[in-house]
Amino acid sequence: MNDPQLETTPSETEELTLSQTKSGRLEPAPEPNELVTAMKVRDLSFYYGTFKAIEGINIDIYEGQVTAMIGPSGCGKSTFIKVLNRISELEGQVKVEGTVEFFGQNIYDPKVNLNRLRRQIGMVFQKPNPFPISIYDNVAYGIRLFGRKPKVEMDEIVETALKSAALWGEVKDKLNKSALGLSGGQQQRLCIARALAVKPKVLLMDEPCSALDPIATMKVEELIESLRHEFTIAIVTHNMQQASRVSSYTAFFSTDESRVGHLVEFGPTSQIFLQAKHPRTREYIEGRFG
Amino acid sequence: MTNHHATAEILSEPLSLQRRALSALMMGLTYLLFLVAIIPLGSLLYTIVSQGLPRFSWNVFFHIPAPIGEAGLIDGFGNAIQGSLMVLAVACIISIPVGLLAAIYMAEFGRNSKTAHVIRFVTQVLSAVPSVVVGVFAYGVIVFTPAIEIGGVLLKPKGFSAVAAGVALAVLMVPIIALTAEESLKLVANAQRLGSMALGGSRFQTTFKVVIPQSMAGITTGVLLALSRAAGETAPLLFTAFFTQNWPTGFDHPTPTLPVLIYNFSQSAYTSQNEMAWTAAMVLVALVLLASLVSRLAVRKSFR
Ligand SMILES: Nc1ncnc2c1ncn2[C@@H]1O[C@H](COP(=O)(O)OP(=O)(O)OP(=O)(O)O)[C@@H](O)[C@H]1O
Ligand SMILES: [Mg+2]
Repeated sequence: MNDPQLETTPSETEELTLSQTKSGRLEPAPEPNELVTAMKVRDLSFYYGTFKAIEGINIDIYEGQVTAMIGPSGCGKSTFIKVLNRISELEGQVKVEGTVEFFGQNIYDPKVNLNRLRRQIGMVFQKPNPFPISIYDNVAYGIRLFGRKPKVEMDEIVETALKSAALWGEVKDKLNKSALGLSGGQQQRLCIARALAVKPKVLLMDEPCSALDPIATMKVEELIESLRHEFTIAIVTHNMQQASRVSSYTAFFSTDESRVGHLVEFGPTSQIFLQAKHPRTREYIEGRFG
Repeated sequence: MTNHHATAEILSEPLSLQRRALSALMMGLTYLLFLVAIIPLGSLLYTIVSQGLPRFSWNVFFHIPAPIGEAGLIDGFGNAIQGSLMVLAVACIISIPVGLLAAIYMAEFGRNSKTAHVIRFVTQVLSAVPSVVVGVFAYGVIVFTPAIEIGGVLLKPKGFSAVAAGVALAVLMVPIIALTAEESLKLVANAQRLGSMALGGSRFQTTFKVVIPQSMAGITTGVLLALSRAAGETAPLLFTAFFTQNWPTGFDHPTPTLPVLIYNFSQSAYTSQNEMAWTAAMVLVALVLLASLVSRLAVRKSFR
């Protein structure tokens, strides 16, 4: 309760939803000045022990938009995304410099309640990691962490989450079966449903499709498409087509000579893909390096 | 065409004689070593059953040892079985919480911390302490010192007792439980922990709702391992539980136990007691196997 802002719902979002349509291929993104910044990152550097993984990152993740992170392997995309919900701290001796604001509140403020923060900023991992319990219990897990709910209400939450993850039809008859019996793609959508059930404001996805076949990938992309109005999404991907299909903003990361990751260019997806300012970005997108 | 032909030939070409001979030799060696490995277990079980079965009847569970020379009394060692269960109960009550909490600290809350390293080291040292020494320790600390009573509740009796024996066995059980439980907690994939924490789960919730249920099978194995080791320990009991020919009279009195009974009876000058020692050994092994079977089934039921 000591972080009121981590709980409030920022209101002014109406004008954001205009520019995206279902076909949404490289459409003009809204102007940044019309957008509310969900996460504001300034001068961010991150160290694993003494190894500096990323340095000097400045980026705004806009509310209600899909922001794609692209860049060559090892440039710190995963590291960056894990800084945003402070899950990176679980990897041992790490150090963070700079600020990350979540709707104006510094998430690295010592007063921040980490559990509440991570509930607001959900995460989907590269490899599906459902718990070895029933499908129903997987989705209910996050809710139950914060108290009991009557069965009727819980049933509804689970159903809604599974529906928004486009999984309901496939699992509604086996909710009490083990989640491990699902296919990889279904497991990943279950993990998305699990993250959606707690109603985060921001959803971080680290290469959510890399373990999936093209059809499952398409389903997840459609899912992201349908979620983008309700949630702010940041997605790491190695797939250029995917980035251009699902995102309205794109951040291109790359490493310098000393293997430290930098943000090279950030802007509307159409601009990054069609008229990138930085030569390295153009080279990467055209497939000439990385 | 020729290509297909060549491939088919490669596939159907038999392995060289040398390789097949080597394969057969290795296979044979494997079976042989397997047999060698189970010979001690097989012969042990055979000896115990063949020597113990003749004197076995269900009466042994309900009667105390018949005094030598008194004809017509039903012989048994129910008192030692009951005493063993009492001592083991005390040992479990102490060692399971301590061992598990140590394991949880080492694997979850204090992973990679200095304290965890120190605890692990100390635990390993403790697991190497001979059981006689542990018996002497319990004798010095529990048996020999004055009773402790708080508000009319007897916390620690003076003299030989089931409590003293339970403490001694607990000291032997804690390291086994802590080290095996730590290993099985560490086997749980880190992605599971991250998945829980990313949903806003605290470390406590993650540990108790995600990690422990998934390592329940390993934890149970550790507890059983410790229990079966403790069930057969004799030396520490000689210093702590001592022995009586009668039914146990309470946790604060000398208590008969199966291992000490086997020890005493096998040294006895009377063949009837020697034979009864075999029967007691058989019952001890059967009880330990039964306990491990039942708890394994229970774990499999509740955690798939
Ligand atoms: N837990 C860790 N401890 C130490 N170094 C790490 C750790 N995780 C990542 N690194 C290092 O940090 C750098 C960035 O890694 P990161 O995983 O963020 O890259 P990435 O952009 O996500 O790469 P990929 O596209 O292959 O997933 C790499 O040099 C990597 O070796
Ligand atoms: Mg990565």
